[in-house]
Amino acid sequence: MNLTLKIWRQPDASSAGAMHTYQLSDVSPDMSFLEMLDVLNEQLNEKGEDPVAFDHDCREGICGSCGLMINGDAHGPEVTTTCQLHMRSFSDGETITIEPWRSDAFPVIKDLVVDRSAFDRIVQQGGYISVNTGSAPEAHSVPVPREDALRAFNVATCIGCGACVAACPNGSASLFMGAKITHLGELPQGQPERDSRVVNMVAQHDHEGFGGCTNIGACTAACPKEIPLDVISQLNKDLRTAIRHGH
Amino acid sequence: MKGARATRTTVALKLAMAGSGFLFVGFVLAHMYGNLKAFAGHDAFNEYAEHLRELGEPLLPHEGALWILRLGLLLSLVVHVVTGVILWRRAARARTTKYTVKKTSGVTRASLMMRWGGVTILVFLVWHLLNFTIGKVNPQGGATNDPYNLLVDTFDVWWMTVIYLVAMLALGAHLHHGIWSAAQTLGWTGTAAKRRRAKQVGLATALVISVGYSLVPLAVLAGIITK
Repeated sequence: MNLTLKIWRQPDASSAGAMHTYQLSDVSPDMSFLEMLDVLNEQLNEKGEDPVAFDHDCREGICGSCGLMINGDAHGPEVTTTCQLHMRSFSDGETITIEPWRSDAFPVIKDLVVDRSAFDRIVQQGGYISVNTGSAPEAHSVPVPREDALRAFNVATCIGCGACVAACPNGSASLFMGAKITHLGELPQGQPERDSRVVNMVAQHDHEGFGGCTNIGACTAACPKEIPLDVISQLNKDLRTAIRHGH
Repeated sequence: MKGARATRTTVALKLAMAGSGFLFVGFVLAHMYGNLKAFAGHDAFNEYAEHLRELGEPLLPHEGALWILRLGLLLSLVVHVVTGVILWRRAARARTTKYTVKKTSGVTRASLMMRWGGVTILVFLVWHLLNFTIGKVNPQGGATNDPYNLLVDTFDVWWMTVIYLVAMLALGAHLHHGIWSAAQTLGWTGTAAKRRRAKQVGLATALVISVGYSLVPLAVLAGIITK
């Protein structure tokens, strides 16, 4: 395959960036998207040019590090992460536009790499449960209804990649927060901190500069883990309950 | 976060939008019922209009109930518009660098039109109040003290009917997304089945309202409703 790549290049956070065009030939349809970028970077290295910086780690779709806006779709045209996207999803001669996640809460560090520590700070505000460490508690001592366990597990698949924010026309992180709220709120261990969790996480979300949700649904369409939109309903319901409880 | 208050979050703003929005849905349904009285003829329509002014008498003064409703609606409008503007500005600040290529996969057109659609409805509201309530402007220059005749005179002018039909399209789109979105904001759509139901109710209500309101202007233009 021969491709024309339009890639956002930005030397550092404080410099202005711009789209650059590269030609790449003999791309195998069996390559992953990141392998294709690796090949481009090898060629740039040989020419003595600065390689394109992009985030990646596990390359098996579970860490949430990689994330690129590909032809206007977060993680590209398939329902998966960028690392699990393959070049067979594109056609020979195609022009592919590659941009970083665009959110003022995710500032660009370099080229396609953004700083997503805003997510870490949201999680620090309540995306956890408080337990005594030491000996592991007996798993069966706290029964969990099967339906609740399934829902908690399903939304716990969120890898915090930020595709929801990148896709959202409002730049909201509500799907991410909703996944955490639902995951912990479905389990008995999540109950003691349920009210303070939602209030603190949403307050941090707003403080970071993410936008408000208008239930458009671009987030769930972009989510590589197919987190459903009803977690945002859960988030709203938990916040409404917290208001009723005087938070 | 230290001192975080649930009532000061974006979700609380959305709750205010959803609550005031639902009040408007109730209002437009009641308003539509009154409009459709036009099909019952001159006297039935005008009697209904007069009855609205006598509602609650003698406990309330003349037009008392009407003014309570008007003040409630005005308050809802202020809440709906102010929270909408705050959230609009937040969203604009959340992404100051735009994408060069951005697709809207898995998204309804109506959901992307909420803000400018809302502005359209607001502009129409001012126009509509000048036409029928505050200004009472008869585009044909006739009498304005007879609600039924003012209605017929207005919609006999084709471009007035067009303006109202466009406004009803905007309202329909706004309700199509707005009703289900409000249900989601109020936390009523916690499962896929409930979400589907909320979307169906939103679409059905939007159709009933936009078609219901369009019937009277179209009937006037078609000569079914006449003086």
